[in-house]
Amino acid sequence: MAAPARTVAVPAISPKLLAAALLSVGVLLLLAYLVGFDQGAVSRSGMYLHELMHDGRHLLGVPCH
Amino acid sequence: MRTFGSLLVRGLIVGLFAGLLAGTFAYVMGEPRVDAAIAIEEAGAAHSHDHGHEEEAPLVSREGQKVGLFLATSLYGVALGGLFAVGFTLLRRKLRTGNDAHAALGLAAAGFVGIVLVPFFKYPPNPPAVGDPDTITKRTVTYLLTLVIGLLAVWAGVALSRWAERYGEVARLAGGVVGLVATVVAAYLILPRINEVPEAFPATLLWQFRFASLGTQATLWLLLGFGYAAAVDRRPAREKVTV
Ligand SMILES: [Zn+2]
Repeated sequence: MAAPARTVAVPAISPKLLAAALLSVGVLLLLAYLVGFDQGAVSRSGMYLHELMHDGRHLLGVPCH
Repeated sequence: MRTFGSLLVRGLIVGLFAGLLAGTFAYVMGEPRVDAAIAIEEAGAAHSHDHGHEEEAPLVSREGQKVGLFLATSLYGVALGGLFAVGFTLLRRKLRTGNDAHAALGLAAAGFVGIVLVPFFKYPPNPPAVGDPDTITKRTVTYLLTLVIGLLAVWAGVALSRWAERYGEVARLAGGVVGLVATVVAAYLILPRINEVPEAFPATLLWQFRFASLGTQATLWLLLGFGYAAAVDRRPAREKVTV
């Protein structure tokens, strides 16, 4: 009997893939940080972005004031 | 085979849509509760003797914050979608299913339990007017800890169920539950208790807000899972890779 067919959507894990994955995770965590925790230190917008996304932070379950 | 780039882009796009729709849920179900909580907060401030900040115009109006809600959920959706895609790429081969759509749904379920449910039951989210500003750093750190612990608990559940599976199907299921629950209970006991809900704050409003928050995140993860499943799914008839 033939082995069951299997779709494989991912490339094999290589050092190059790991480096790309790590870089992506860094950028994406920074984006999540901007929404959830930044108080102007990274965004350089003062408290503007922090206040703008205030309701979203509460409703996404992130601790706020 | 898909490249990492294409897997990642799919995650970012699916995350954007999931975030926008989660924002819509939050707007409809959550905003009335946030408004009600802010009304209570302002009534409280009017009674106190500290009028120092009252004349200050807010940096962003309430209307602006309601628009900002969609920006927040969209950006958060993009970030989660991208992280989800990275997780899918790195973990896909470890998941014991030949079906990419099932793999995506399984990962989304794991993410929802670890990143949403585990933190929710230890530190349920609060509307404005509830938190003590002085403890924000402590609350942020403990929240992030529950998030990491949630993912560890899911991992422990999977690891224990795989180890126990040699003893049969019941052992496999029991192993998964024990691994997950034991990790969560241990963490709940160790982490500090935080309860800053004022006596006078209406319990109904508090829980309406909390369920709106849970629903917002459930919408996000549900759409992320099904959206990504659809995005990576390929018809077996069209491309068959035999392993
Ligand atoms: Zn707040």
